[in-house]
Amino acid sequence: MRDVLVGDYLRGRGVSRRSLLKFCAAAASWMALPPTMAQEIAAAIEKARRPSVIWLPFQECTGCTESITRAETATLESLIFDAISLDYQHTLQAAAGDAAEEARHQAMKENWGKYLLAVDGSIPLANPGYSTIAGVSNLDMLLEAAKGAAAIIAIGTCAAFGGIPAARPNPTGAVAVSDLIKDKPIINVSGCPPIPVVITGVLAQYLTFGSIPDLDRLGRPRAFYGQSIHDRCYRRPFYERGQFAESFDDEGARKGWCLFKLGCKGPITYNSCATIKWNGGTSFPIEAGHGCIGCAEPNFWDKGGFYEALSVSRWGTFGTVAAAAAVGAAAGVASAALARHRQAKAPEGESR
Amino acid sequence: MSGLAGIPIKIEQASGKLASGNVEPLLHEIGHALEQLIEVRKASIIDLRGVPLAPGEEDRILEFLGTGEVRAEFEASGLSTVNESRFPGVWVVTHHDATGDVMSRLIEITLVPEILCSQVEELRDSHERFALGVRFMGEPTADGIRSG
Repeated sequence: MRDVLVGDYLRGRGVSRRSLLKFCAAAASWMALPPTMAQEIAAAIEKARRPSVIWLPFQECTGCTESITRAETATLESLIFDAISLDYQHTLQAAAGDAAEEARHQAMKENWGKYLLAVDGSIPLANPGYSTIAGVSNLDMLLEAAKGAAAIIAIGTCAAFGGIPAARPNPTGAVAVSDLIKDKPIINVSGCPPIPVVITGVLAQYLTFGSIPDLDRLGRPRAFYGQSIHDRCYRRPFYERGQFAESFDDEGARKGWCLFKLGCKGPITYNSCATIKWNGGTSFPIEAGHGCIGCAEPNFWDKGGFYEALSVSRWGTFGTVAAAAAVGAAAGVASAALARHRQAKAPEGESR
Repeated sequence: MSGLAGIPIKIEQASGKLASGNVEPLLHEIGHALEQLIEVRKASIIDLRGVPLAPGEEDRILEFLGTGEVRAEFEASGLSTVNESRFPGVWVVTHHDATGDVMSRLIEITLVPEILCSQVEELRDSHERFALGVRFMGEPTADGIRSG
């Protein structure tokens, strides 16, 4: 473990405390903590020691790395990336070949038992030759690196659940990290890719609290995956009123009505897209007019078409789906009541 | 067809029946927080991005709050603006990152948002640099140019 406090390291790089507070204000929002906690989060991060992070890319498309990095300009999210000591990452590191592998082994040795292991991509078991690094199979590299890790962060749906490589017929025998490692804490940060700030938010959470965050039944941090897209969707009142878009260019679509009938998987997908959104909070698929495809859930590729409504697809029984859609503690509880009031008063032809 | 203007689909902005229904509750929450500030000097912060709002509703809220006498901005890994609304005690704090994207937007109900204050953690370093600067003021620097 690098014996440098994060606060000292950031100050040495010219990062002011106001910069850190800005980041912590956003981090509090991501972690669904009160915004008044920004000062406490900043104080905790400043006193944390820089953890060594080793990032292993396996059978992946590099989308998760692309999600978290900006090739041209640094953003505040990269601040938390500076706060860690990223000792091995294929796409970002300058070293290559034997030098890179030597650096990895050195970092593992110096920080044995304390480093964070980040993995993106699934692990092929059908033939070790399907995906190798420096001649070493992904399986062997994972098993070796996991032994000395304090915890493992499985970044992206491929690492968390097998993802696209594991889609039928799964020709490479792709499996998730949790299918192979049973004796280390694993944090699944699913999504195809995950929202960038969710990745950095998990790191920030680890630095702030010094421990693994509270996880859901699929091993995902509850702070980011605790509510369904449906629970926080701004189009929820239209669902409550029974106002649905029937096709992508009809009147309902133009008015921004609920996309349930166009295949939206929001009711049973747990992620932060509806609140944190994408591209710096610009928008998210539903706001752009396309239903959620459920990319943060296991086997989302093999559960029927993206444009089949949940009631007819293979995501569960209709009863389960209906229950999932109905239960939710969104801020829209008040809006639902207001929506029902409005529906009762709506002129003929506006509600179904 | 060329460019975005050629796409024949246009989303209408939220209004009335098309809204999320969260604007009024949010404004009531701000009003209640202002009461708390007056009665017990309790400051509050509301994360505007934490509330599901339909397109256009955030603009409606900001338009309602308007701008008051005080406008401040600072550059720290991107521009941040701290504006008092037309309702003294209600501030709108917007943080941008280095690319100009909005990272967060907060409604602070307080006398002065804390982020405008100098940070206590930086004061000791500030004093050391100040003392060093005063000590070497007027002396030639390495490139022969006098400072101060």
